[in-house]
Amino acid sequence: MENRTLFKDVPAEDLIVPVRVQGRLARALDSDIFYSWRTSPVTVVATLVALALILMALFAPLIAPYDPFNPASLNLMDGFTPPASTGAFTDNYFLMGADNQGRDVLSTIMYGSRVSLFVGILATLFAMTLGVSLGLIAGYNGGTIDAVIMRITDVQLSFPAILIALLIFGIARGLIPPSQQESMAVWVLILAIGLSNWAQFARTVRGATMVERQKDYVSAARIMGVHPILILLRHVLPNVLGPVLVIGTISLALAIIEEATLSFLGVGVPPTQPSLGTLIRIGQQFLFSGEWWILFFPAVTLIALALSVNLLGDWLRDALNPKLR
Amino acid sequence: MTEPLLSVRNLTVEFPTRRGILTAVQDISFDIMPGEVLGVVGESGAGKSMTGAAIMRLIDRPGRIAQGEVILQGRRIDNLPDAEMRKIRGRKIGMIFQDPLTSLNPLYRISEQLIETIRTHLPLSETEACKKAVGLLDDVGIPDASRRIDDYPHQFSGGMRQRVVIALALCAGPDLVIADEPTTALDVSVQAQIIDVMKRLCAENGAAIMLVTHDMGVIAETADRVAVMYAGRIAEIGPVRDVIKDAQHPYSSGLMGAIPRLGANLERLTQIPGSMPRLSAIPKGCAFNPRCPHVMDKCRIDQPQAVQTAPGRRVACWLYPPQDGTTASAERQSAE
Amino acid sequence: MTKTLLDVRDLSRRFDVSQPWLNRKIEGTGKRFVNAVTEVSFSVNQGETFALVGESGSGKSTIAKLIVGLLKPSHGDIVFDGISLKDGLKGAKARALRRRFQMIFQDPLASLNPRWRVVDIVAEPLRVFERGMSNRDQRLRVGELLTLVGLAPEDGVKFPHQFSGGQRQRIAIARALAANPDFIVCDEPTSALDVSVQAQILNLMKDLQKEFGLTYVFISHNLQVVRHMANDIGVLYLGRLAEFAEAGALFDAPKHPYTRMLLDAVPDIEMTGRRRKQVEGEIPSPIDPPSGCAFHPRCPFANDRCKRDVPLVINGVACHAVEEGRIG
Repeated sequence: MENRTLFKDVPAEDLIVPVRVQGRLARALDSDIFYSWRTSPVTVVATLVALALILMALFAPLIAPYDPFNPASLNLMDGFTPPASTGAFTDNYFLMGADNQGRDVLSTIMYGSRVSLFVGILATLFAMTLGVSLGLIAGYNGGTIDAVIMRITDVQLSFPAILIALLIFGIARGLIPPSQQESMAVWVLILAIGLSNWAQFARTVRGATMVERQKDYVSAARIMGVHPILILLRHVLPNVLGPVLVIGTISLALAIIEEATLSFLGVGVPPTQPSLGTLIRIGQQFLFSGEWWILFFPAVTLIALALSVNLLGDWLRDALNPKLR
Repeated sequence: MTEPLLSVRNLTVEFPTRRGILTAVQDISFDIMPGEVLGVVGESGAGKSMTGAAIMRLIDRPGRIAQGEVILQGRRIDNLPDAEMRKIRGRKIGMIFQDPLTSLNPLYRISEQLIETIRTHLPLSETEACKKAVGLLDDVGIPDASRRIDDYPHQFSGGMRQRVVIALALCAGPDLVIADEPTTALDVSVQAQIIDVMKRLCAENGAAIMLVTHDMGVIAETADRVAVMYAGRIAEIGPVRDVIKDAQHPYSSGLMGAIPRLGANLERLTQIPGSMPRLSAIPKGCAFNPRCPHVMDKCRIDQPQAVQTAPGRRVACWLYPPQDGTTASAERQSAE
Repeated sequence: MTKTLLDVRDLSRRFDVSQPWLNRKIEGTGKRFVNAVTEVSFSVNQGETFALVGESGSGKSTIAKLIVGLLKPSHGDIVFDGISLKDGLKGAKARALRRRFQMIFQDPLASLNPRWRVVDIVAEPLRVFERGMSNRDQRLRVGELLTLVGLAPEDGVKFPHQFSGGQRQRIAIARALAANPDFIVCDEPTSALDVSVQAQILNLMKDLQKEFGLTYVFISHNLQVVRHMANDIGVLYLGRLAEFAEAGALFDAPKHPYTRMLLDAVPDIEMTGRRRKQVEGEIPSPIDPPSGCAFHPRCPFANDRCKRDVPLVINGVACHAVEEGRIG
């Protein structure tokens, strides 16, 4: 039974807060953020490019002309077919040419972007989760915990991320038995890239948390005796997510490049599961013998992907920065 | 009759946004006579600071003066080139802001800032300027001025900083000082000191003051005349004693009633219902009509023009309908 | 006979403002402390308003935070309805006590989580103290509260930034009232608001006090507002209580020279032509307060004893000159 104390003579229907008036979508479309997106042509193009590349990677098995990893569908005799021509041995048409093993470059790019994006996104999510949690803890508690976490980030940020990734990769390789190394390679890569990128998140979140912690809405919750973990999750976290989103986008671009670099150096994913970086490594062997397409198209795809994601991050940073508007 | 020092005629300040043009200041006119203290009072969003900024031409883009004239000593200054305007700022018009830290550069000593400003506007040598700077700091009541002049702004307390800002505003002997909430950031006991210093020095130098504040108490103690602003327009303007003792516009009388007083221990304060409209949603007709206790049908449709109700007193309210002569002049003004 | 709800005894709070450990070791400096609040005692009667007045550095906000438990006292005790809060609270007893006090803050925008809808903000105390209350009952209660403070139930679906300053403070008041507290600490609740809105909020707070028998500790630097709201007043200067009196007595016959100075500094809005005494000097830094009575460098009645000894609160005034009968 309702235990009402106020306005007992007014019917409940006239006093209750309605569930929701304006829909989320309508609000989003009317927001300043959407407006700033709509009025920035560079960002619209970057969004479309990134979206196209992501969709292409996602549906690679459905839309790729060939399955480059099925030995039955490829022939070594088709190797080095130039772009926009038919293979020498089969009737296969290669829009972007074929590589040394007769694989369709377009198809390998589609599958390769899949690996690149998978590793990049998971590594970023991992770095984000780790960095945000440690940043929240450091910023909210302060004191010794804060000092320890921040000194670790200082050390980590003073080394290039790729070096740290190589180090972690090396250690992990040493710990995993050789029989499982092939299957674990992608996960080791994600771990290595993720661990090399969390410090940026931790530092930003810690700063934002220290600001939010001082605010009176947090004090109000503390006076009520709300548990600190709930205060962090419900009050502080939503208010520090803006900068996290920005760093997340930019570090996704970095993670994709980092994965490509590692694969290019030959320590990344196995050749049976080539990423864009692996494709570039294979391609550069043939650059000076005239088969440019094997390097060129994967490289362009990588640049387009990293650039468009990065531009999105730049826009997001400006859009969320009230000082610039 | 003497010429006014500053005349503002039909000044309108607009901010184009994606949701349309917001009018922060709408069609306001007033004069400041030499040596006079004009108080501009209003609540946040009333456009009072914007008026001061518009006179100084310090409106941030995309804001712009859409209409009207600002005339300083017979010369139009609202359309001067930026270089000319810079000479007027400081030399002819001094500025005092709410937060002294925004007017002082934290990286330079007080002496450097004062001497630089003095020498920009006056043909003095380094030593002469330094002497004048020390004299100014002495005047604004900074103890041991000759020693403290070489300190940095952060070495001063809030009240002392505001004194330095007053010295900075007065150093080139301006004819007008625009003070935007000069005491708001200060403690009560310091506020009174700063007001005293400002008033005394301006009187000594013959400078007029345009005092922009939300604090009716400061106005009552300082100003000769007061303009009450509401939603970008002047609701009422007149001698300060008349407006405080006998406010004519319902908004100004509501505002006066809302101030708690030490003398009278009332059970309830007079309150004006509602709040100042946002710039994007200013009501049609008289902007005050949804909150007004005397609202009439006319108020919801037509905007009232300022009407002279007594010598030196103008009110924009339909309770004071225009006589024939004044209507014509008001309409002519708005048509221009 | 009025009942004492809150009793503050010899409350002190010291802050460590030392440099970091490494800097201290290298520069050879010791630890440094600021006494934000020193030996403050007062009591608050049930259903009344007790005001703490002071300028910056007076420690008034620190006292507010100490009372609601955001800070721990370094010394002294706070007794709420017979229960000592000195050692912190735990478990069910803490929850039962916590729901009885609430706080209203100076900046209404900062006191509302910008990412939450108003309904969630106002319902937060319900989720803490009325566990198991259904979502519908919560929305009904929030609607009632919003109506009570002069907003509409439909406002519950909006976000704080969609309201004006005064409306935001109404939301904060609605949240404070949600769990039926009987004691509210108000830290400068109207100093961020315009005059006409301040009048609305002060009237609302008085109405609510009458309707629910609320007890307020009202913190402000504005003497006119305090005059309007308070039954009893404590005047703070640099962390110590200078004077403690019933409101009428304090305004009609201030005793402490600092209180007199504060009253003199209030602008004369009646335009009576009253000549004000020029107020001397500024508030010293609490890091390095003057010896003896902290007010002595600004006090026209100071003598050698004032420079040497800290005055004790006698009959509600901490002043040697009053104690010795040098001023009346």
